[in-house]
Amino acid sequence: MAAVLEQPGTAATHGPEITGRSPWALAARQLWRNRIAMASLVLFLLIVAVCLAAPLYAHYVAHDNPFATNLTGTTIVNGKRVPLLQQGGGVLRLGETPVGPTWDLRHYFLGADSLGRDVAGRVLYGGRTSLEIGIGSAVICCAIATVIALVAGFIGGITDSLLSRIMDVIWAFPVYLLAISISTVLLTAPNGLQVGPLHLVATSLWLPTLIIAFIYVPYVYRPVRGQVLSVARREFAEAAIAQGASNLRLIFSDILPNVVSVVIVLLPLMIATTILTESALSFLSIGVQPPNASWGTIINDGQDLLYTRPWVAIAPGIMIVLTVLALNVLGDGVRDALDPRAKLRVEG
Amino acid sequence: MKYIPATAAITARHRARSLHKLAAGAAVAALAVTAAACGGSSQSSGPSQAAAHKGGTFTILANAAFGVADPAQNYTLEEWQLLIDTHDGLVQWLRVGGVSGTKLVPDLATSIPTPTDGGKTYLFHIRRGIKFSNGQVLKPSDFVRTLERQFTVPGPTSFYSGIVGASKCSTKGCDLSQGVVANDTSYTLTFHLTAPDPEFLDKLGLPFAYVVPASTSLKLTGNNVPPGTGPYMWQSYDPNKQAVLVRNPFFHVWNAAAQPPGNPNEIIEKYGLTVSDEVTAVENGQADEVFDGDVIPADRLNELNSPKFASQVHVNPLTADWYFALNTKVPPFNNVLARQAINYAANRTAYVKIGGGPSLAVPTCQILPPNFPGYKPYCPYTAGTNHTKWTAPDLAKARQLVQQSHTAGMKVVVNTDIPDKALGEQMVSDLNAIGYKASLQALSGSIQYPFVQNSNNIGKWNVAWSAWYQDYPAPSDFLNVLLGCGSIHPRSDASPNIAEFCAPSIQAQMNHAEGLGETNPAAANSLWAVVDHEVTNQAPWVDLYNPKQIDFLSSQVHGYQWNPQWYILIDQLWVK
Repeated sequence: MAAVLEQPGTAATHGPEITGRSPWALAARQLWRNRIAMASLVLFLLIVAVCLAAPLYAHYVAHDNPFATNLTGTTIVNGKRVPLLQQGGGVLRLGETPVGPTWDLRHYFLGADSLGRDVAGRVLYGGRTSLEIGIGSAVICCAIATVIALVAGFIGGITDSLLSRIMDVIWAFPVYLLAISISTVLLTAPNGLQVGPLHLVATSLWLPTLIIAFIYVPYVYRPVRGQVLSVARREFAEAAIAQGASNLRLIFSDILPNVVSVVIVLLPLMIATTILTESALSFLSIGVQPPNASWGTIINDGQDLLYTRPWVAIAPGIMIVLTVLALNVLGDGVRDALDPRAKLRVEG
Repeated sequence: MKYIPATAAITARHRARSLHKLAAGAAVAALAVTAAACGGSSQSSGPSQAAAHKGGTFTILANAAFGVADPAQNYTLEEWQLLIDTHDGLVQWLRVGGVSGTKLVPDLATSIPTPTDGGKTYLFHIRRGIKFSNGQVLKPSDFVRTLERQFTVPGPTSFYSGIVGASKCSTKGCDLSQGVVANDTSYTLTFHLTAPDPEFLDKLGLPFAYVVPASTSLKLTGNNVPPGTGPYMWQSYDPNKQAVLVRNPFFHVWNAAAQPPGNPNEIIEKYGLTVSDEVTAVENGQADEVFDGDVIPADRLNELNSPKFASQVHVNPLTADWYFALNTKVPPFNNVLARQAINYAANRTAYVKIGGGPSLAVPTCQILPPNFPGYKPYCPYTAGTNHTKWTAPDLAKARQLVQQSHTAGMKVVVNTDIPDKALGEQMVSDLNAIGYKASLQALSGSIQYPFVQNSNNIGKWNVAWSAWYQDYPAPSDFLNVLLGCGSIHPRSDASPNIAEFCAPSIQAQMNHAEGLGETNPAAANSLWAVVDHEVTNQAPWVDLYNPKQIDFLSSQVHGYQWNPQWYILIDQLWVK
């Protein structure tokens, strides 16, 4: 796991050229110099920006509503108005095939899905949903796991054993099996999640966000707890105790700053993982529920059109690949910057 | 049956209800009259040609198996299409393609009896010399055990709940000795009913009443199908692999109109392939039939339009409805004007496209499907002045009705199961177009149908998707079962009148039509037509379309016949 970082502002054996710079500044400079990581960051920010612009695209460019069915609508292809869904040919005329990509941003750039909706607009809106859930669940997961790890690692004893065993139980389930089980119960049930006054309907994006956050807590908890155990026995922690610092101060002022780098390293990787998980669940119809769309639900919509209209599934697939790739490379860069000893191990 | 996704209709279809004479259409009766009372003639080809068709293996590909195989419990078309080849009942629908196939003919009974005692007693004479596939001789007392198993094995018992003694039966035990009296000496079987049931003979034609030996356990036999008397017997059934039917060595033809000899020597149904792979295998001649024709992906449907497959694809209309039930108990659809509004607004062209296009779905506004007793075309909810056929939505009229009903702006929850959520999304669009604030509630297939039936959930939805396929050709199977006052069962997951629609005046007409059917089927059909139109005017549903069925066969298969009751007649196909 990530090695211990020096506490910001503490003495260190750095060379003269970096004297006076904090570890955070060093890490930032290291990251800045990593061109691949920075390119990934730019790519990720570009994807986020494009997805955030979905309403602008739908309203000002495509002039359609990608959430409303439009089975009897028409569009312009090569200057001619054509129906969005066309009946099959031959004698039997079975089935209805949606229009394919027009490569014209104003008119169904990536074609229509089987309900006559603009695939390009849905991919952009779906990206917003996937990113919201991915980032949201990763942040929630890391926050919960960090708090539990701080409590378990600092208090130790029975508390540590109890919390660690609970985490072990969650960890024991195959991650997708657990996610599918919980999602099937909550997302396809009439009442969604109801715990006391808290009520989340099945269509709420909070449900898949919380489910995905929950299943990954042990995966963040373990490395963070290990770091807490290590830091809590360091001299500066003992010095703080000797000076009469309270437990809360010890945890949040002395230990947390020394473990947060681990969380930062894990965060982009967790976002990539949670985006993939959300897409998988949505593909199985137990993630994001209509009328919302995500990249996973759009791939699901496109699976019956793979032969004739492959772009319905390919476009969101490409977006997932690019996003996850960017986040993974960025995560590696962040790790290299914040955890140089790990890099030395890899290179050495 | 199978065509209703997952568990839909399995537990709920037939509740205890007062039924009267089945009103089969006069035209249907006329077409079938030649075979009505036959005792042994075959309507198939001559002996030498028939012999030439015998042999080979017919292989069906199905995505999934049909669950537990015990015929007392299974309620799927998938198994029923095989059970009709391995088992027999007292009566059977004429085993031919076309409308003649709606005619009941005697099977293990020598003739179809006329009920006595005011319609409460049926005396059947049972054929002698028939053996089960295990060599055991068929006796009338075997039927007693068969009917008792209907109650001891968990299943849709209400088909036979009118038999004397049935009310005391449960899964713990059943004694129908007073209601089903067998005489193994005179080979007679007498049914005593608590009340006249004009559809009793139809119910005896269903596989639930197909005879099994009296030695069969009263408990569920699981995947071991008890012996039957048909031309085939079950060699094996593994839901994870395949079902294999081979010839029954003890079978002989006693009435080919009811149970003809089959053509293939072996019928195999294999499980586990995706529907797309099923299509590929049949295209390549590696198998003979795609069972899941109703869910062939849009991509592959397009492929089947090729002239290359023209002779291998068979499309037939189903006597079935796909519809949205409107919750008549809570606003806004407790207001008939609001119900009529969404009926005017529903873009049935869009729903038809979701259903596979005009070749696979026909838009409708009324309850009874075409080619059904009592059907007279009627569609008040269409643009234009022709009220016999839907042409386009009338949004202006719909919005006007919404204003008149003072329901504009109300929230509406549209409930569907997940596989059919596209229909729900279109309904949301239609509702929003006329001023409602609609949202979709997509539930898993196993939950949705019981959920919308249970009155405890009446406040949680406003529009619910459902589909209904006939059990047998009787108007009451749609109108009374789905929209009769007696089909509302409070707090039950098995309450098929989802809309909770109950109009006492219409119910009185239904009751009259059922009674009339026993003596005057033509007059009964006319009355059913009136009922159908009156119910349509009250708009408890948004009827969407009547679906069609695709059967895709390999190029080596011949002898295709479409029976309106059993659909494709597997045993009558022959493999070249």
